Amino acid sequence: MLYQQIARNKRKTVLVMVGFFLLVALIGAAIGYLFARSAVSGVIIAGVIAVIYMAVMVGQSTEVVMNMNNAREIHSASEAPELWHVVEDMAMVAQVPMPRVFIVNDPSPNAFATGNNPEHAAVAATTGLLQIMNREELEGVMGHEMSHVRNYDIRLQTIALALSAAISVLVNFAGNFWWFGGSRDDDDDSAGGVLAIIGSILLIILAPLAATIAQMALSRNREYLADAGSVELTRNPHGLISALEKLKGAEPMQAANPDSAGLYISDPELNAKHRPFAHLFDTHPPLDDRIKRLEEM
Amino acid sequence: MTWIIVIVILVILVAIYVALYNGLVQLRVHAQESWSQIDVQLQRRSDLIPNLISTVKGYSKYEASTLEKVTQLRTELNNVPDTDRAKKMEVSNELSGTLRTLFAVSENYPDLKASAEYQKLMEELSNTENKIAYSRQLYNSTVAALDAKIQSFPSNLVAKIHHFTAMDYLAVPEESKTVPKVSFDD
Repeated sequence: MLYQQIARNKRKTVLVMVGFFLLVALIGAAIGYLFARSAVSGVIIAGVIAVIYMAVMVGQSTEVVMNMNNAREIHSASEAPELWHVVEDMAMVAQVPMPRVFIVNDPSPNAFATGNNPEHAAVAATTGLLQIMNREELEGVMGHEMSHVRNYDIRLQTIALALSAAISVLVNFAGNFWWFGGSRDDDDDSAGGVLAIIGSILLIILAPLAATIAQMALSRNREYLADAGSVELTRNPHGLISALEKLKGAEPMQAANPDSAGLYISDPELNAKHRPFAHLFDTHPPLDDRIKRLEEM
Repeated sequence: MTWIIVIVILVILVAIYVALYNGLVQLRVHAQESWSQIDVQLQRRSDLIPNLISTVKGYSKYEASTLEKVTQLRTELNNVPDTDRAKKMEVSNELSGTLRTLFAVSENYPDLKASAEYQKLMEELSNTENKIAYSRQLYNSTVAALDAKIQSFPSNLVAKIHHFTAMDYLAVPEESKTVPKVSFDD
């Protein structure tokens, strides 16, 4: 059951990523067609912008994320023995190097991981989390974070974020160009041309929305995968289940930066809220669903 | 022309053979390494035990038999030869169990429980107990990977020629994975 779920999640991730690249290409084509009557050059320009964005974001250091979330690094086991030892255990069994360990001073229980590869990873836990979790639960939570690290989820997350950022840049650019006139040649009055123009405009309006929804879907998926990975490491679903149960009643976080919401083990902002429509924009699946899947393992 | 093709094919075959052999060696080294990981933790626990005993002794005069058992098992474990892994694990499991009893019994002495020294020892010992459990898990998964390579084609051919043999798994007692829990039932 466990391994099938990991395989299924990996397939879905590939699909979502392919969708993302298609979306970038499509919107590039639409813009190219509208402004230069050349879809191909639009695709090329969009591709270049997306790649540059990705390179910049992926190069962004752990420091930035940790500063954004007001995290303080600890350097030895004596500062937070249980956390340090649990992270050590998880790193050992996941066969990745010991990540850097940070503590976020926030009463709301939460944890997150960052870093683009296992060699440069960092994990953080809030003081609230350390207070309410016992060792078994902490293992579940840190196992989840180490799985993000081991699965290269953070890099993937960053790429998805960069791609949707690139899409919004493209769209903004198109908007400005539109309003300030640009150099439009309106010779093409055939019905097909009009349809293509309307289609392109619709695409430019809808693409950022689609990108956001896809990004969130990707993020939700990776959460299930990390939950499964945590059980693979600890061989003990109960720890994570009871940890997630405890997270259900949590207050929203104060220290969390909204841009890094996708990295946390549970959504730092709308933890307990359930708005039926807003699910599409959730970074995390509902805790109940995650608990249910864990119970099925 | 035919010669060139024959040479190219030979070179490719040799490269595949070398890669398979190296893969097997690497896995065997990993397995050995993860065994030594367990050994390191066992040693660390051994080193912590005298501290634990002297700390507990001061508070509880009545648990002499449990403390004696811990000391005796520690000595026994240190005397098991390195090659006898099964025996080593067996004694280690018994020691884990006795330590758990000791922790449970210590719950009866509030002064002891409150002492900073004892709490530090508790964390250190829980840590080693967990590390022992996790390094066994790691050992088992490396052994499983080696085992799979030894049995599956084409690496099984190379394994046979160079006499790679499967290593023994360590049975993990489920209770040794969790933190010592309090129980007055026994």
